This record gives sequence, structure tokens and C-alpha cells, in this order.
Amino acid sequence: MPSAAPTPKKSFQGLILALQEYWAAKGCVILQPYDMEVGAGTFHPATTLRALGPKPWKAAYVQPSRRPKDGRYGENPNRLQHYYQFQVILKPNPPNLQELYLASLAAIGVDLALHDIRFVEDDWESPTLGAWGLGWECWCDGMEVSQFTYFQQVAGIECAPVAGELTYGLERLAMYVQGVENVYDLDFNSAEGEDRVTYGDVFLQAEQEYSRHNFEAAETGMLFRQFTDAEAACRTYLDAGAPAEGERHRMVQPAYDQCIKASHVFNLLDARGVISVTERQSYILRVRELAKACGAAWLKTAAGGA
Amino acid sequence: MPDLLLELRSEEIPARMQRRAAEDLRKLVTDALVARGFLYEGAKAFATPRRLALHIAGLPARGEAVREERRGPRVGAPEAAVQGFLKGAGLTSLDQATTVTDPKKGEFYLAVIEKAGRATLDVLAEILPEIIRTFPWPKAMRWGAASAQPGSLRWVRPLQSIVATFGPETETPDVVPFEVGGIRAGTTTYGHRFLAPGAIEVRRFDDYIQALEKAKVILDADRRKDVILHDARDLAFARGLDLVEDEGLLEEVAGLVEWPVVLMGSFDDAFLDIPAEAIRATIRANQKCFVLRKAGSEDLAPAFILVSNLMASDGGLAITAGNERVVRARLSDAKFFWETDKAVKLEDRLPKLDTIVFHEKLGTQGMRIQRIAALAKQLAPLVGADPALAEQAARLAKADLVTEMVGEFPELQGLMGAKYAALEGLPDSVATALGDHYKPLGPTDRVPGDPVAIAVALADKIDTLVGFWAIDEKPTGSKDPYALRRAALGVIRYLLEGRRLNLIGVFDAHSARVEKSLMHKRLAEADGGDVASITATVSEPWGGKHVKVQNIDLLAFFADRLKVYLRDQGARHDLVDAVFALPGQDDLLLIVRRVEALQRFLETEDGKNLLAGYKRAANILRIEEKKDGRAYDAAPDAALAARGEPAERALAEALQTARAEASKAVAAEDFSGAMRALSTLRAPVDAFFTDVTVNADDPKLRENRLALLNALRAATREVADFSKIEG
Repeated sequence: MPSAAPTPKKSFQGLILALQEYWAAKGCVILQPYDMEVGAGTFHPATTLRALGPKPWKAAYVQPSRRPKDGRYGENPNRLQHYYQFQVILKPNPPNLQELYLASLAAIGVDLALHDIRFVEDDWESPTLGAWGLGWECWCDGMEVSQFTYFQQVAGIECAPVAGELTYGLERLAMYVQGVENVYDLDFNSAEGEDRVTYGDVFLQAEQEYSRHNFEAAETGMLFRQFTDAEAACRTYLDAGAPAEGERHRMVQPAYDQCIKASHVFNLLDARGVISVTERQSYILRVRELAKACGAAWLKTAAGGA
Repeated sequence: MPDLLLELRSEEIPARMQRRAAEDLRKLVTDALVARGFLYEGAKAFATPRRLALHIAGLPARGEAVREERRGPRVGAPEAAVQGFLKGAGLTSLDQATTVTDPKKGEFYLAVIEKAGRATLDVLAEILPEIIRTFPWPKAMRWGAASAQPGSLRWVRPLQSIVATFGPETETPDVVPFEVGGIRAGTTTYGHRFLAPGAIEVRRFDDYIQALEKAKVILDADRRKDVILHDARDLAFARGLDLVEDEGLLEEVAGLVEWPVVLMGSFDDAFLDIPAEAIRATIRANQKCFVLRKAGSEDLAPAFILVSNLMASDGGLAITAGNERVVRARLSDAKFFWETDKAVKLEDRLPKLDTIVFHEKLGTQGMRIQRIAALAKQLAPLVGADPALAEQAARLAKADLVTEMVGEFPELQGLMGAKYAALEGLPDSVATALGDHYKPLGPTDRVPGDPVAIAVALADKIDTLVGFWAIDEKPTGSKDPYALRRAALGVIRYLLEGRRLNLIGVFDAHSARVEKSLMHKRLAEADGGDVASITATVSEPWGGKHVKVQNIDLLAFFADRLKVYLRDQGARHDLVDAVFALPGQDDLLLIVRRVEALQRFLETEDGKNLLAGYKRAANILRIEEKKDGRAYDAAPDAALAARGEPAERALAEALQTARAEASKAVAAEDFSGAMRALSTLRAPVDAFFTDVTVNADDPKLRENRLALLNALRAATREVADFSKIEG
């Protein structure tokens, strides 16, 4: 039987449990993944929207992330079109965020006396979210294991106060702590014998199927329509919830869902290679305009500080 | 005298910003001190990933007292003037002023203002927070709870602590009393993040640098570089390998560690199939590691040098193993790219280039390649290349842009094209041209010698220049985003190696291709409305023909670049102007040869005197032509001159011969000969000015003498426009 205590060095799920336990102890609410397809944990409204406005916020969650273009039909040991990010957001960032991060590595079994941890410049920018921040890639023995960002702007709006965002690439980190060279060989559950499940058992078939879908089959006519529909719906919901003078906005999150939708549909179209270089920029700008409108509306809600 | 120690400790500063930031800190603080009248003996600044530090030695404890005299109104002046004077001088009554007697103007009030020198400590407390608040980071950020308020402190990454002490060597220094962004300056800092995490108390620079060293921080970046280089060479040597040195990487790596620990890792021999440049690019860009060569060989060894920031408890085994894993994964990717790329011929990649925009207004890479191929074919005979090969090479020159390898490592463009071309069995000169056509990339880069490569390189650069001139996107000031100056300089360097090209003809012919392809682009985009604006370029007379105005402007740009280039070689820029001022000058090689001949000539006695004579003649002509309101540009009357003074006759004859000789020599491109012809004028010109009065009473004589001077001007114009020559 798998043991009840998290075993970060032995199993993928143990790693996730250990991170959740660590950040829960630091006062984060442990959320569950957002129930939509997103390109990164940052898209979760718990980060994008909650980073805006004056209210303090601490959350941590796993977010499945979809990067249709990164699919490799299950043949590349490192690249996946679907993978997990562990996301932590702390607003305002505490003064000892770097120490908290390093202690989290220790908590998942990285011995800081043995491994070379480095903070290497990496300015983060999400053109689709109208967001940027300064921070680092965090290296462990030359491998990037996390992104560490101080958000300066999200949805085109200055962050006041600034939130600190940590993103752990879970598969990479797990490969590192388990000493595995191929992601599909990761031990998922640290069980023995017949009960043992690998990452490949869970995801290899999915990677193959989705790679085919993303590159060969995704129905582009439908996707183009979905993009236009999501864009229009986002605007419609924002208008429908628009506040009367002195009141609050009443429908930001449903509108933001459509922004997420548009962004993912764009990524699929991009993977299908049907968007030209010049069009690409204009699609990105269209998603950004939606994100900006949602961010501005969020500031008129209770959670946004209105 | 007392010293200042300042340390600004922050979270990790990007490596590429550290050196500049240290220098900025030194300059800002010392400039602010000097501006307030404080001189110092020496100042040095330092940077590590986690701190900027500044040591200023030999600052006085107190500024100099200042005595200022301010002159007031005369005694008995109106009250308003007196009050204004008192206010300005900071006095409360006239009792505090003295009076002075001026012999001419009577009695005046005088205020003597004495200001005691300010304590340096106070001045530092005033300037340091201001410098921190306005520090010129390329990109700064806000952080923490304070960032909820507008105007909160910005720094490159969160600023954690400040040490600022000031005092003489023998005493405990004072803390400079200031606070910025909620951080109070003090005496506490921290050492290495992992190796010595405890707090350190420091007093002054000497004990600071020692305390840091004990706490595993080498403050001086150059010392960290020395340690890395020395240890890396030793490690390599011990295994019979040579370090492939890389100053840029060394500088960066020294900015990533406070305590460098150099280790060696290895990778599988099988990866050595990948081109060495790609292995190096992979290991360098992604892992910031150095590659190694087998001793005394050009071949890479299957090993690399990594620089860690940790003296690990296992001696670095885990760190090395971890880095080896990542390098392995990266090289697997590179090998995959290399193998995948080899499976597709360069020729078959061309359709992809039709979908890639080169520049919004200049169309796709595909269109550009067609233009370059046509131009390369046209230029080939002029540089001794086979036109068919030049065309073939130009068509394939950009194909590697859509390979996986160049997609991953853009700096390998050209080089990968050459490798793939060689593997495909394309002609050697085609492969070479693919690799070399981007050259020269800088003033120290070599100029390729293969004729096909030269044809493609010239075509590539000229297409870029003519294209950007056609859409009116030229470099301005420091802005040159498309590296057009470098492109022009590249063309100049190729041509000055002994190649003749009439640039204007080439520009105009190529403009036609650019316009044609832009018209196709507009038509394809089905917004044909603006097509007319491209085709209707204006032409102007130039050198006896009509040339598009933008190409005349482009030639002027070349003239400027040529001047800069020749100035760096020690040539006189005014001579370049003097030659370019002649009509129809667009063959850079001939222009330079003429400039050289002219420079040599002007260094001789004959040359100097002739130039002086020319200037005198030009001066007289200018004055007289202005006075008479007419030009004296008719040919002198030889018969009239023959009846005049002997010197006049001699000059007229000499001018006729010299001009004809010079003209003949120029036509034969014998510029030294043309100068020799002109040098024969020196004696007659000198004699003319000594013996002959130009402004004779006889108007006919005067007119003819002025015409003689004009003939001298005309004769010199056979070789250059002497009016542009300085001195």
C-alpha cells in the first residue's frame, strides 16, 4: 500500500502533496485546478484576477497546462502538450519570498548543501494577458525547475500591491528528484508490483492522441468560429454585468472564462499552422483586449477592492 | 582622511547589468560630491549577484567654508532696492552689511556671507537616498506591501539592506543617517546565501571585503573571473584538454556566482556528430557552460566546464551529475534538430520562406530572395563569380532560417546553411557562400574571399539598403534597428579590396526590382490603391543622367560611411568630400584611389603651394565676381594673355597643358599622373601672383586675368573640388 505521508522523492503525487502541505502551512488556500483548458497556471482566475486590486491573497494549486504546439506524439522524453504546473501566488509578496521558495525545495527533498540553486534573470511577459513582471528562472544544478516572478502589471493594469508568483514545473522537478531521464518513466504513486503506476501509464496515450489532434485533426473551421464566438460572448457578458453609477460589476468571471477560451482556441489554431505571422499578432492583441477589459471590470467587484 | 563604504544588497541582480550598475553608482555618488565641492582621493565600485558596493577613499570630514561677498545698492538708494538686497543676502538689517567706497561710483553696501562647511556625513545622508531613488536601472520594479502606494521605491529586484558608513581609519565610523524605501542604512550585511547565511557586522571597506571573503563572497567581479578562468584551465589541462575561452560567457558567469566553484562534466561521444558550433551554442546559451577541445586540436572534446556557486558537501558530484543530465537532454534536442534538418533539402525549404515576413513593408523572405538572386547574378561577372552559381547560392542563402537548428539558435544562421549544403553535395562555392554571405559582421570580422560568396554578400546588403531607402526607413542618430550602417560598411569593405562598381547604376537597377516586388505584394494583398505611391519615385539629374532621389541619398549615406571608415584608417574626411563633390562619383574604389593620390600630393611642397594658390585665386574671384555681379567663367583669351606680362603668358600656357594632361590622366584612372600634371602649375601660379596685378586698369586685361584664375579653378576640378579641402 502507498504510505499516507507525502513521499516527494518517490512519486509524482507525493511531490504534489508535499508542495500543497508546505504552502498550506504558509497560509495559502489550496485550490483545485481551474476547470478550463489554459496555457499556464497564471491563467487561473486565482492568479490573473486576484493579482489585481488591493486585497491580500495567498493561494496555491496545481494547474494542468496545455501547450498544443509542444506535443511530440509521446516520443520526446521532455516535451508534453499537457503537463502540470504548481502555482503559488502571494499578494503582497512577503519580504522573505526567496527564503520561502528555497525552503519549499528542501521540503520536497532537494538538499541545499548538495545542489547548486541559482536565480537567473528571466523577465516574464504574457502578451495575451497584457502582463509582465521581473524575476528569475530558478536553476537546480543547471536545470530550470521554477519561475519566480514579481508581477508588475496584469491585464494592462499596474499591480498595487505587487504579487509574487512561483511556478514549479512539476514533471521536471519530479524527474529531477526521482532521478529519471524520461518523463514517462516517472513513478506516479510509489506503489509496488501490480499497483505501481507510471506517468506513462496515465498520460502516454493521451499525449499521442492529443498530438494527432493538435497538429492534424483539430477542426479549424469550428475553432475559428469558437474564437469569434468567445470574443463576442466575453464582451456581451461584460456589458450585461456592467455596473450602474456607484455600483459593482456583476459578471466578470463568466466573461473572463471566454477570454481563457479564446486564448486556448488561438493556441490550437497556431499549432494547426493556419495562422500566418502577421495574423498571429492581431489574434494575440484581440485576446489581450479581452483580458484588459476583464481586469478593468474586476477592479469594480468586491474581490477587486471596489 | 575618512572613507565611505556603501553596500546595496538586493535579491539577484541580472548578470548583464552588474558591471554597468557598479560604474553608475560610482559616477553618480562621486559626481554629486564633486558638485557640492567635495574632492576625494579614489573611488571604486563592485558588484556581485546580490550587492552593489562602493568605496570612496579620502573624503574630507567637512566641506570647505565658503565666503561670499555680495555687492548691494549704493548708500541712500531707494528703500525697495535696499530691502531686495537684504533679502537676497539673508540679512535682517543694514547693520549686518558693511559699506565700501568706490572712487567712481561712491559708497556701496556690501554683504559678507560666510558659510561654514557642511559635515560630509550630512551631505552623504542627503545625496545617497536620492541616488538610490533615481538609480538608472535598465528595468526596475516595485515589490512588497509598500508597492500598494504610488511612488514606492523601485530597484532592479527587491532591495534588502543598506550598509553606509563614513569615518576615518582609526575610529569607529559613523553610520550615514538615512532611510530609503523603509530601509535604514546600518552596518549589517549577509554573506553567501548558502555557505555563510549569517549576519555580518562591518565597519569600513577593509574589514568589509575581508568579512565577505570569509563569508564566501568575492566582491570583485574581475577576481571572480580570474578564479574561474584559472581553475577552468587547470581542470582542462589535468585531463589533457584545452578550454575554449569565451570572454562574454566568462563575464556572464562571473555575474551569476558570489563564490565560483569550477567543475567538469562530460557527455556521450556520440553527440560529437553534431556540428561543433551547435554544441557550443547549446551548451553556452542554455547551460552557461564552457566547451573544451582536445589538446592541440580543433575538435571538441565530449566534456564541458560548469561554474557553480556552491562548495557542495559531496565535492560537487551531485551538481556535476545534474548538469550532465541537462546537457544530455539539450544535446539530444540538438542532435534531433540536426538529424531532422538533414532530411529536408534546402531547396525544398524555399516555399516556407514565402510565408515569412521579412519586413511589413518589404514583403516576405521569399520575395527578398528572388531580388537578391537576380542582383547576385547581375553582380557576379563584376566580381569574377560564375553567374549561375551566384544565383543558386543566393536563392538558398536564407533557407536555413527555417531549419530547426537555426530556429533554436539564431546565431547559427549561415553556418548551418553551409553545413547542410555541403552534406547535400552542393558545389563548394555555394556552401561557402551560404556560410559567409552575412560577413563581415563587425569591423574586426573578416571579408570573405570567394567570388560567389562576395556576389551574394553584396547582393544581400545592397538589397537591404535599397529596400529600406525605398520605404524611407533610414538610420537616425543612435537608432539603426536593421543594421544598415553595418551593411553599407560591409559593401565598402568588399569594394575597397579592389572591386569596381558604379553604385548608382546598381542601385537604380535594383530599385526597379524592389518596386516590382512591392507592387506584386500590394496586388496580392488586394488593396492596390496605394500602388502608385511606390512606382512614382522622383528622379533628379545626377552625373549627366536621371537617378531616383532616394538612391542619390543612399549614395550620400555611403559617402558618410566611407568618410567614417577612412577616418578610422587615418585619411582626411575633407578630401573624401572634395572628390565626392565632383559629378558622377559612385565608384568607391576609384574615389579612394583619388583621395589617396590627392592626400599624397597635398603633402608635397608643390601640392601645398598649389592649394594656397588655388585659395588665393578662389578668394579674388569670389570678391570680384560679387563686386561685378557676374561670373568670370569664359575661357581666357590666349592671344590677349600672350600680349600681357610674361608670367601671365606662362600661366595661360601652363594651364592649358596641365588641364589637358590631368584630364587625360584621370580618364586613364592614373590619379598620381593627374596630380603630377597639376604640380606643374605651382611655379607659374606663384610667379603670376608675384608679378601680375589682377585688377589691372585696363578692363579687358583685368577680365582676362580673372578668367585665368577661373581656368586654374577649372584645372583643379579635374581631380577634386579644392574648395572642400581644409587648410
